[in-house]
Amino acid sequence: MDNIVIKVTRVEDERIELNDKQKKARRARNIAIALLLGLLVVVFYFVTVLKFGPVVLERTL
Amino acid sequence: MSIADNIETESDIGLSRTGKQREFAGSLAMPHDYFVLLKPRVMSLVVFTAFVGLIMAPGNIHPFIALVAISAIAVGAGAAGALNMWYDADIDAIMSRTSNRPIPAGIVAPVSALTFGIFMAFMSVMILGVLVNWLSASLLAFTIFFYVIVYSHWLKRSTPQNIVIGGAAGAFPPVIGWVAVTNSIGIESIILFAIIFVWTPPHFWSLALFRSDDYKKAGIPMMPIVAGNRSTQNQIFGYSIALAIVGVLPWVLGFGGITYAMVSVVFGMAFVYFAFGVLRMSPSDDEMKPAKKLFVFSIIYLFALFATLLGEALWTILL
Repeated sequence: MDNIVIKVTRVEDERIELNDKQKKARRARNIAIALLLGLLVVVFYFVTVLKFGPVVLERTL
Repeated sequence: MSIADNIETESDIGLSRTGKQREFAGSLAMPHDYFVLLKPRVMSLVVFTAFVGLIMAPGNIHPFIALVAISAIAVGAGAAGALNMWYDADIDAIMSRTSNRPIPAGIVAPVSALTFGIFMAFMSVMILGVLVNWLSASLLAFTIFFYVIVYSHWLKRSTPQNIVIGGAAGAFPPVIGWVAVTNSIGIESIILFAIIFVWTPPHFWSLALFRSDDYKKAGIPMMPIVAGNRSTQNQIFGYSIALAIVGVLPWVLGFGGITYAMVSVVFGMAFVYFAFGVLRMSPSDDEMKPAKKLFVFSIIYLFALFATLLGEALWTILL
């Protein structure tokens, strides 16, 4: 009996509960990331148009 | 002994949150704190000098591409700053000047700063490469590498020449701005590099003179601590004379006009005058007023020279 060791995995409730301040900070960070991604889309769009010029709009239908 | 005595419990690794996950999810860091990681004041100097390089460069660049280039250079420099703050968090916590930075203040977790720095560095280099040109992107990548690895990791804690060699990182922005337009490194951009490179030692050593206690406490081998105040004062004076000479080179080589000639000569002489004040200062001076004056003037000097070059370049473009 002494040589038998039984390992039991205990699944605990590990969810992280954020308080209001933490939620506010997370929301602000998320908005900042969204704005930056949006800005990147706009930048890439305009630079593509600038680099290719009007040719970018010419394509066979 | 019962079976129950031999039961070992452990949390399921797959389901439990790591400390870092908890740290990030529960962070109180606001976007502004991440902006502080980018060292905005250093970034503003980078933007300014890169802009001067970009405007002075011969050739045309669309204003929007120019804006993208300057923004990418600024973010790249900021990313290097964030990685530097991550690496130096231990000594930043000791020094009064840096103890309230986001990492030592406990606002941003070190792993978040590291991730943020790497991501911003990668994005800035890629954006500059894809949207502007790859030579400027390579230089930006090298600048970030130089600042983080060569300066922060290798030199800063090991040699009193740290800011002399490390100064190269701060001198690259005008070159990158120039290359963004021309896709080549011109002699003019190398002179702009040289001005900032030679300016760095007297600027930082004057700061180190009146902040030496801070640096000593943090164990950073700045020149006044390793070689003493007297030797630092002598070296500041030597570099100031070299700076006054290098500062005039744009006019000598013909890309600085007569206004620049006057400004660089007058401000160069003033720089040497303030450095002479530091030279005459007693090494045991408690207040170190001449060093403080030189530190402030060094910022004005660099701004004046680059602003004059910018003004002349804009004047030529507008005419």
